[in-house]
Amino acid sequence: MPAQLVEGNSAVIVGAMYAGCDCFFGYPITPASEILQEASKYFPMIGRKFVQAESEEAAINMVYGAAAAGHRVLAASSGPGMSLKQEGISYIAGAELPCVIVDIVRAGPGLGNIGPEQSDYNQAVKGGGHGSYKNIVLAPNSVQEMCDFTIKAFDLAFKYRNPVVILADGVLGHMIEPLEFPKTAIEHHIDTSWAVAGNEATMKNLVTSIALDFNELEQHNVKLQAKYDRIQENEVEREEYRTEDADVILVSYGISSRIANSAVDAARKEGIKAGLFRPITLFPFPWDELKALADRGCSFISVEMSNGQMRDDIRLATGCKDVALVSRYGGNLIERDQILDMIREVA
Amino acid sequence: MAAKEKVIGPAGFYSIFERKGGAAPTATHYCPGCGHGILHKIIADTMMDLGIQDRCVLMSPVGCSVFAYYYIDCGHVQTAHGRAPAIATGISRAEDDAILISYQGDGDLASIGLNETVQAANRGEKITIFFVNNTVYGMTGGQMAPTTLVGEVTATTPNGRDPRDAGYPIHMCELLDTLKAPVYIERVSLSNINHIRKARRAVRRALEIQRDKKGYAFVEFLSPCPTILRMDAKGIERFINEEMEREFPLKRFRDRSVEAEPIERRESDFSKASLDKAFGVSASDSIEVVTNPEFVPKGVKISGFGGQGVLSMGLALAQAAYKAGRFVSWYPDYGPEQRGGTSNCSIVISGEQIGSPVVDEPDVLVAFNRPSLDKFATDVKKGGLILYDALAGAFKPPEGVRAIPVPATDIALGKGVEQAANTAMFGALMEAGNLGLPGEAFGRALERTFAKKPKLIPLNLEILETGAKSVR
Repeated sequence: MPAQLVEGNSAVIVGAMYAGCDCFFGYPITPASEILQEASKYFPMIGRKFVQAESEEAAINMVYGAAAAGHRVLAASSGPGMSLKQEGISYIAGAELPCVIVDIVRAGPGLGNIGPEQSDYNQAVKGGGHGSYKNIVLAPNSVQEMCDFTIKAFDLAFKYRNPVVILADGVLGHMIEPLEFPKTAIEHHIDTSWAVAGNEATMKNLVTSIALDFNELEQHNVKLQAKYDRIQENEVEREEYRTEDADVILVSYGISSRIANSAVDAARKEGIKAGLFRPITLFPFPWDELKALADRGCSFISVEMSNGQMRDDIRLATGCKDVALVSRYGGNLIERDQILDMIREVA
Repeated sequence: MAAKEKVIGPAGFYSIFERKGGAAPTATHYCPGCGHGILHKIIADTMMDLGIQDRCVLMSPVGCSVFAYYYIDCGHVQTAHGRAPAIATGISRAEDDAILISYQGDGDLASIGLNETVQAANRGEKITIFFVNNTVYGMTGGQMAPTTLVGEVTATTPNGRDPRDAGYPIHMCELLDTLKAPVYIERVSLSNINHIRKARRAVRRALEIQRDKKGYAFVEFLSPCPTILRMDAKGIERFINEEMEREFPLKRFRDRSVEAEPIERRESDFSKASLDKAFGVSASDSIEVVTNPEFVPKGVKISGFGGQGVLSMGLALAQAAYKAGRFVSWYPDYGPEQRGGTSNCSIVISGEQIGSPVVDEPDVLVAFNRPSLDKFATDVKKGGLILYDALAGAFKPPEGVRAIPVPATDIALGKGVEQAANTAMFGALMEAGNLGLPGEAFGRALERTFAKKPKLIPLNLEILETGAKSVR
């Protein structure tokens, strides 16, 4: 297969463009700016649309507009920018519009710094803006997946008419690895049943998230929750490594899962039966799959560059209050031996 | 009685307001005497007159006109407070033929959405903005608006707007008139029939500009809100004609609709051939990465000042490893000194899937300057190697670590290209690095690095070889 060495942020643009995304609206922020820059280079080259917006809010609302017109549209940002986008994401979820938003998570809170963290977990996975809504959240852990998951994200976004967040981090955004280019290019066609595209076929349509009548809005919410249930039922993805006979299970996603993978091998060499459970979809979270491991009597360690945000979900899934946490903050990566020490302690 | 009423609605209105529903599905939700109803009617009429109904998409804002989509028979998108121009931008860029009408009130447009307003105007988006200025927030109960007059009593200026606390009314037409891109800017009034006739002409001109794809048009309407301002019909007419007009004079600020050229955007190309061409994808880039658990993974750290080619040497090494069929990752660490300070990058070369791409304990450290030696030398693994530029001066490596000075800068200067010190260092790494990569992979990586400047390839290959010789 044709492949090149490509940066993670660039791989997002590769994936988006082969997925038929024809609009990009963004605002500069480290460590996500390369996505914006690559879009400015490649989108206009083949007639696709790029605007550097005046703000994160304007950018997400341009996304709302192009999504309302039925197009495939991409946004990208990082922590502080994602916070600003939450208003727009809530409207997008409320109006049931499809779009893909990439979060190259950096260290927080506040201005924090430009190093990697995974501390936007709750914001992405639990909604993030106002109202009872959920984003579908995918967590890549390689440059290849930055591309492939972006393609998958567009399919899910349109299948469910829902925002999809690619939750990555500063390492995945900036690292370079070989990327196999997509084998097919998607030509997207507008769904005239709901889009508002400024033509005769769609002039009867309305995109909105307002419903003054309490019962009407309640029904809308019930419908949304049923959609999230379907997503939970059908779209869970996870990867397991050496869990068949494991006593100690590391649960980890994104870049941390790769370090956890090395820690599993190191522990096995010491004769400790360790395994890795890697959620690929963070919403829908793999509740049942983790529960099955818990029923077998496994111990769990959450490996995440945040304050146990995912650990809360592991506790809920497994029913074990006693889930260990290995974490780093401030832009520091978790080290393999730090995980290994905890495995030894738990085993 | 409502059911028997025959409403002679304007062309372009829905005959029954189904989206509104309720007991009076042919009546609007607006208060008696409100300007919105008048303006809705003018817009709907004009849309039909110009034959652009199918192309029209109306942005309903947050404010009393949030339900504009109950009435006007065209495509509708309801928007967040103040964001209509951004949303219209998104639709316009996606659909070049769409006609975007952004209908906004004073709080929406001139307060919470001021940035979107100004920036969409400054980009010259193909949008018509209809700005309804009635000096108050209507829907939320009559609070001060950015256009509230000095001394005007509102729910949040109970003693009248005091400029010492609340500033002065904002003049949107005048503000936008400082920008280059807008095609049309006019302020009109809806206070009485004479003014409404002129307003109708302004609406027509603004929509003609959209029909002809000529760019940005902005029309401000001084509009009655008798309910919130607690005035009767005569009172509100007098308020607009005398007090509002004194502050906001009626005027055509500009009309460049004749000289403006239509803005046409290309269609999106979705073909795989075009994508492959854009990204330079070719079958010759195909490399078989071989899994080989026997291969002991190597971590390389390269460090130096910004501008010394640290990151690009790392990329060349990653290319060499990739061309040799190894798993490889490259990761830059800008650190806090990103601007003008030191930079470093990590390269991992492996026979298996790579875990962390960050190298904390390198097998090989390449140091272009003294600070890099001081910072990272002690991290190098026992049995590891340090290559450093001889200009860094005398250096004693940690125990169990070999250190080789490389005259990289001198070699590069000798060949007349100071910036090629990293190529000389790359040669030294090829010779002494013990990275399990064939020598020709380094040469091929250099050729790839200079693919866009092929004239530089022979010289760099020469420098590569000289660098290798220097540590032989």
